[in-house]
Amino acid sequence: MRGRGLGDRLLHAYTWLIIVWLSSPIAVMILFGFNDKKSKSNTTWQGFTLKWYHQLFDISDLTVALRNSLVIALVSTLITVVIGTMLGLAIGRYRFRGQGVTNFLVFAAISTPELVMGASLLSLFVSGNVPRDANTIIVSHVLFSLSFVVVTVRARVIVLDPSLEEAAKDLGATSWGTFRQVTLPSILPGVLAGAMLSFALSIDDYVVTSFVNGSTVTFPLWIVGSVKTGIPPQVNVMGTLIFGVGVLIAIATSVTARRRA
Amino acid sequence: MRRLTPYLLALPSWMWLGIFLVVPMAAMASVSLQTGNAIDGFAMTFSFSNYTDALSRYSPQLLRSLLYGGLATVAMLVIGYPVAYWIAFKGGARKSMYLFLLLLPFFVSFVLRTISWGFLLADDGVLFGPLKSWGVLPVGFHVLATTFAVVGGLTYNFLPFMILPIYVALERVDPRIIEAAYDLYASRTAAFRRVVLPLSLPGVFAGVLMTFVPATADPVNAQILGGTSNTMIGNIIQTQYLTNLDYPTASALSFTLMAVLLVGIFIYAKALGTENVLEAAAR
Repeated sequence: MRGRGLGDRLLHAYTWLIIVWLSSPIAVMILFGFNDKKSKSNTTWQGFTLKWYHQLFDISDLTVALRNSLVIALVSTLITVVIGTMLGLAIGRYRFRGQGVTNFLVFAAISTPELVMGASLLSLFVSGNVPRDANTIIVSHVLFSLSFVVVTVRARVIVLDPSLEEAAKDLGATSWGTFRQVTLPSILPGVLAGAMLSFALSIDDYVVTSFVNGSTVTFPLWIVGSVKTGIPPQVNVMGTLIFGVGVLIAIATSVTARRRA
Repeated sequence: MRRLTPYLLALPSWMWLGIFLVVPMAAMASVSLQTGNAIDGFAMTFSFSNYTDALSRYSPQLLRSLLYGGLATVAMLVIGYPVAYWIAFKGGARKSMYLFLLLLPFFVSFVLRTISWGFLLADDGVLFGPLKSWGVLPVGFHVLATTFAVVGGLTYNFLPFMILPIYVALERVDPRIIEAAYDLYASRTAAFRRVVLPLSLPGVFAGVLMTFVPATADPVNAQILGGTSNTMIGNIIQTQYLTNLDYPTASALSFTLMAVLLVGIFIYAKALGTENVLEAAAR
């Protein structure tokens, strides 16, 4: 391409402008976790304090909501990773009857609007008189994360060299031994990426959860429920901590991936 | 045994997708044709009038959702394309850093992000408060509870989903093709319009799909950033299901929404050409 003209420099500045725009609400969230607010609402800056970090768990139902979110994300991720990896292996490795329908269902689960998914699940639970609680939330979260694990695992399975597994079998490894010592290590990056995605999707979900939660409250549900009365700064602090951990994990993964490459 | 392996591997997911994706759709279809109330229970009466009743009551909200979703999608395309273009062709060694920065908002919960955004736009918040006290803006100026706030929130929340697929499509464009266009005396505009733009269309298609559907069906932005005159269909469906316990109306509205979105995608795919769609779907 031609040299760095005025147009390129303008586009460069424009890209940074968009990045700043996208990040500004995060900056506000982090900043107002340090706000020494006296009034009910947390919208004007009133001085720096660390007291919300000390009183992080003082609002007991908020703490319960956060713990619910973490437990639900953990359990649903475990289920999703196990059954999603199995399906990813099946689709990526074998030719079998019903593969077309399976691919369609995987695609449908990704592309169904969350609202419709939540509404249809509630229709099922209402029709079947199923009580709504943490279990129905976990079931729903597995449903919307499953396809993401299948897709990331399948991408690794496709590029896997089958002669490696044959070599393991020739050397006397059992099927399970071959899977554990050869197949799993080579598809592990895909499995981990899928696991992180489904954890993130689960802990973030509001729409589907709002249909199937019954009286169980998760972190996003608690936040939306307290919009009218004012979001306490503890929510900002929790958001900041989740953000920090997420960014650290992302950076650590990309650094180790680069080192391995 | 070996021939059974793929079926055994697929079985748990089949059951999950069958019981919790396919059966619920059927349950919703059934509920949408029933009559009754939450206390006495619902009975199947094949009342297709549920659909006509729901539509005559809530068509303004449905149309508004399509309008807001469409406006936000166009805004994302216009705002996002230049960013994807610059990163793909000029990002150099820092491409992945720019992508990471664009994805930073996803490390914050969707509802919290929307609330923070509303917080920035608050009437006397960090942005407008000082501007008002300095007299730059009139005292009555407000953005929250307007169409602009909701469409802006949708644009803000889904923008990375537009940028990423366009970036992927542009990144695959062989620079030698563009050089060839220049060698054949194409101007910069002509090279862009006749070479780069057509090659990026599958990315644009994927980006529009990934943003229009969730933006149209989103209840969160209208609830947090909008006022009473910005209610979208997602809010209606939520209220009918969760507050009014009017399951038939809510199911009928959900189905209508999905049907409208599917028809919209189909028309859009037709207009853009089937090859592009297949290419986009193949990724």
